[in-house]
Amino acid sequence: MNPLNRCVLVLMAGLPIPSALAGDAAAGAAAWVAEHQPGGGAPVRSCVTCHGDDLTKPGRHAVTGKAIEPLAPSVNPERLSDPANVEKWLRRNCRWTLGRECTATEKADFVAYIKTQ
Amino acid sequence: MANRRGILFWLGLVSLGAVGVAASDGDGDRNGTRSGWLTSRADVAPVTNATYGEECGSCHLAYQPGLLPAQAWTQVMDPAALADHYGDDASLTETLRAEIAGYLLAQAADQASAPRSRAFAVGFDAHAGTGLPRITERRYFERKHDDVPASLVTSNPDVGSFSQCNACHRGAAKGVYNDSRIDIPGYGRWED
Repeated sequence: MNPLNRCVLVLMAGLPIPSALAGDAAAGAAAWVAEHQPGGGAPVRSCVTCHGDDLTKPGRHAVTGKAIEPLAPSVNPERLSDPANVEKWLRRNCRWTLGRECTATEKADFVAYIKTQ
Repeated sequence: MANRRGILFWLGLVSLGAVGVAASDGDGDRNGTRSGWLTSRADVAPVTNATYGEECGSCHLAYQPGLLPAQAWTQVMDPAALADHYGDDASLTETLRAEIAGYLLAQAADQASAPRSRAFAVGFDAHAGTGLPRITERRYFERKHDDVPASLVTSNPDVGSFSQCNACHRGAAKGVYNDSRIDIPGYGRWED
């Protein structure tokens, strides 16, 4: 391995965000549409429920109806630019959608998928 | 000579007075907008805390702190309550939670000077009911909306619920809730 590549790897290992893991965009895409049944007979939920299946388009909050800016960095460059913000929303939204927090691998997959949009 | 000095003195006072009037006019314009004399002044103090606007306003209208009394905000901002926030997960880091709770409590309905805010505090009982307190269940809110048919709100696809203040109160984001800025989607103006 040449010194430059080694340097890049060391830098990546130091990043405290899920994207530091090599996420699998295809796995993230599959998880994006996977439906989860909440308790209490509420309708099934997935990421699509609020964000839609086209990430270049705005979404709509399932409860409040408030518009959600597109998640795709190709049309909304602010997305994925703030690691703390990414971590906050993955935590909240995994808990609401899946009923639990996502694993580091699952989060990396979501981020990898969103990056490709 | 003494007389002339006296006249100059009084003239000076009068012009100072005029400047004073002009200055207070300016202040008035800053609080409201120029669209009308009585119409667009904020009914409750607008949101001034950027953290609150950002953290809470990303999912819903950042409801002005003066729409609930302090005891109600304390219940809403409890860490466990935030994890189940009216059916959504709104958990915050402790730093953010403390900042936002401090802001909401300091500006709460029972701390505010605006009469409409004070009205939102009337009759609040922190121990009544089982769920989190709701602005839409405040006595004043119910009284102001009891003649609005459900067909215009809950079964109106462009509104959905009474929680969507800004769907009909077009000045809601700035704390303007009076009749002049009401425009119900698919219906139009509404006079109370």
